[in-house]
Amino acid sequence: MSRRVRLLLFACAGPGLLAVLLIGLHGLPAFGDFHGVYGLLVDHVEPGQRHATDVVTALNFDLRAFDTLGEEFILFASVSGVALLLRHLRDEDEDLESSRSVADHRFAGASDALRVLSLVLIPLLVSLGVYLALHGALTPGGGFQAGVVLAAGPLAILLAGRYLALKRVAPQWMLEAADATGAAAYALIGVGGLIFASVYLKNFLPLGTSGHLLSAGMMPLNSIAVGLEVTGAFLLTWTEFLDQDLLVAREEL
Amino acid sequence: MSALQAVALLVVVVGGTAMVLVPDPLRQTLVLSVYGLALTLLFFVFQAPDVALSELVVGTVGMPVIILAALRKIAKHAAMREQEEQGDGE
Amino acid sequence: MNFAPFAAAAWLFVVGLYGVVSSKHLVRTVLSLTVVQSSTYLVLLGVGYRHGGHAPIVADIPTKAKLVDPVVQVLVLTDVVIEATVLALLLALVVQAHKRFGSVDPAELRPLRD
Repeated sequence: MSRRVRLLLFACAGPGLLAVLLIGLHGLPAFGDFHGVYGLLVDHVEPGQRHATDVVTALNFDLRAFDTLGEEFILFASVSGVALLLRHLRDEDEDLESSRSVADHRFAGASDALRVLSLVLIPLLVSLGVYLALHGALTPGGGFQAGVVLAAGPLAILLAGRYLALKRVAPQWMLEAADATGAAAYALIGVGGLIFASVYLKNFLPLGTSGHLLSAGMMPLNSIAVGLEVTGAFLLTWTEFLDQDLLVAREEL
Repeated sequence: MSALQAVALLVVVVGGTAMVLVPDPLRQTLVLSVYGLALTLLFFVFQAPDVALSELVVGTVGMPVIILAALRKIAKHAAMREQEEQGDGE
Repeated sequence: MNFAPFAAAAWLFVVGLYGVVSSKHLVRTVLSLTVVQSSTYLVLLGVGYRHGGHAPIVADIPTKAKLVDPVVQVLVLTDVVIEATVLALLLALVVQAHKRFGSVDPAELRPLRD
């Protein structure tokens, strides 16, 4: 339908939707007055039972680990979809274009200041990512945050204008391997719970002392697996989208 | 509700409205970056540091890089198509 | 004043939908979906908040202290990261659509009929 008809329909339906949403949200308990029992119970019970001081990560990777399994496979599926679509597209394009030599490619205009900045940023981001993955059970952090921060590290190489260096540091087979390994490792750690504690994804490793690095059983392992998967997924998505654009840019110099 | 929370909420609402009203997709990407930062601040003020950490990287760097690359791909295909049509016309 | 986060979420939802409906460029549609998403984050976090509650990290505060609800934070946390990749999939579809039809205007996309 044409844009005008769409806008006309929205002019009738939009205010109605806003009114219905406001009336519906009015039925919720007032902001700041939450009475949910499950959250209260988890807050009081979890640090004694699971020896993890970060309740959110404990929920993510231990108490509700099955939901995280589903979520990480959504991630895996969408990245596979992106790779499939864009590689199919790239094969079609290569029939039309002749191959060009791309010996020492750099962006026109990536200044020295940008390169020095990314030189400082890369070790910072990588170490922050590793810290977040390992300390997920103790402080704010965990697999998902660590994965995205770790993925931003090699992206800073792109910022310095060295796309081919990025391809050498993070070649495609390595990213695919990281993505697949992370997803499989999470599912297999659950099997460990099945073998040693007779419940899939139950915490079966020794729980240790709360506040120490090697505590909370299998939570750090799960965290590292998810971090690996998210890093691989994001870098794969970025390189898939960026792939052909930059190889052609040398002619514009 | 504290003053900090009210201000953060206001910035988020203004940012969201701005993102919809900006006409050009390229400019919208830059507004998305700032919107991600505003959301991070809001999540932090709502006592959710884990969420703020993930939104920080995804909203400011993760999404805009993907969108910019997609826009670049579209422009490149459009240029290739124009070149083909010019080549056919000659 | 206590209803403000939910009102803001409802407004963002409708404004995002307006962006989806009125866009002339498919990438703008995808970006307006981001705004709709963030309204759901606001609702979830608004529901779980408690006045005077701390963040749910018990490393340095006693366990019996008042904490905000951690369950909604788990939902929003995984959602933020995963929706980024889902939007990447949508953008890959937009790129493919442009290649097939030559335009990113939603009004000009129609099934091939010749």
